[in-house]
Amino acid sequence: MKRFALALLLLPAIGMAAAPLELGLTIKDHQFSPAELKVPAGRKVRLVVSNLDSTPEEFESHQLNREKVIAGNAKSAIYLGPLTPGRYAFIGEFHENTARGVIVVE
Amino acid sequence: MFGSALIVFRETLEAALLIGIIAAATRGLSRRTLWLAVGIGAGLAGSLVVAGLTETIAQMAEGTGQELFNATVLGVAVLMLGWHNIWMATHGREMAAHARSVGNAVKSGEREMSALAILIALAVLREGSETALFLYGIAAGDGTASGVSMLSGGLLGLLAGIVAGWVLYAGLTRIPLRHFFTVTSGLILFLAAGLAGQMARLLIQSDLIRPLASPLWDSSPLLPMDSALGNLLHLLAGYEARPSGMQVLFYGLTFLVILLGMRFSRARTLQPN
Repeated sequence: MKRFALALLLLPAIGMAAAPLELGLTIKDHQFSPAELKVPAGRKVRLVVSNLDSTPEEFESHQLNREKVIAGNAKSAIYLGPLTPGRYAFIGEFHENTARGVIVVE
Repeated sequence: MFGSALIVFRETLEAALLIGIIAAATRGLSRRTLWLAVGIGAGLAGSLVVAGLTETIAQMAEGTGQELFNATVLGVAVLMLGWHNIWMATHGREMAAHARSVGNAVKSGEREMSALAILIALAVLREGSETALFLYGIAAGDGTASGVSMLSGGLLGLLAGIVAGWVLYAGLTRIPLRHFFTVTSGLILFLAAGLAGQMARLLIQSDLIRPLASPLWDSSPLLPMDSALGNLLHLLAGYEARPSGMQVLFYGLTFLVILLGMRFSRARTLQPN
């Protein structure tokens, strides 16, 4: 019975929500473009990262609590948020010196 | 060179620490070293396969195949760690009492080791495939002097990761037997809960489950994730500076279920027949 109640409690947490806002981010020559993305607060975002370099990159942000390897010449999606207003920095971990960007939520 | 050493070190560390803890926790089990080697070998071979398939995996499930794959790997790892701890709650004490495994314990110890070999293979597979990708990127990239320097940096990082795992192992084996199982079980309990939290993050990142409150708290000013201590605590105990509510829920439930399993299994063996 308790287990059943717990399952019910978790039910609304699974899947289904309003369509997320889709944003594109490109990696070329180990740099992000655009380096600054504007996102409205409280909205879920589907970030589609296209890596135009032939080498892999790891999208990483401690502030966004996200981490994902994007293979060379490949495209991948990362879901973010909903986020509260602020600046969220992200880096490409494999080329930390050049691959830097920020998501501005307002 | 230093940069690539650091990246490979970070990728290697998680698997190395896990292997260090498991190797220590299974001291005295029959043919342990062989099983550990099998696990590491299978994991390395698997890493190359997964690294080669990265693009294919990534394109699956509308670009979130990588998360689903890694979440599955983590889920299996959590189950195996949990099972190990519950198994150890009864047999560990037995083994400590007899100083080595005898009779039935040898058989079930063998089964236990084969399951742990799978666990180690999965840990190596997950971190190893990312390391292989990174090193492949360097090798395929410039191919010049800087490429060679970065590649040797990568190997240095790999070596440093292995040393860290070995240091943890050596440290753990110095703990007196009386406290030994408590310490290793405790470490594995936190490790399993941490992996469950990471699994939740991947499922959130691929939009399969909701984050609930996100973040539930923010302790990054106190203990940032990119500090040495924050990173170590993240690897060993699943520390997150900005966790979502769902991650904390996964963490807490896993912790509780394994702990109760250990208590229950211990209580059963302590009952007189």
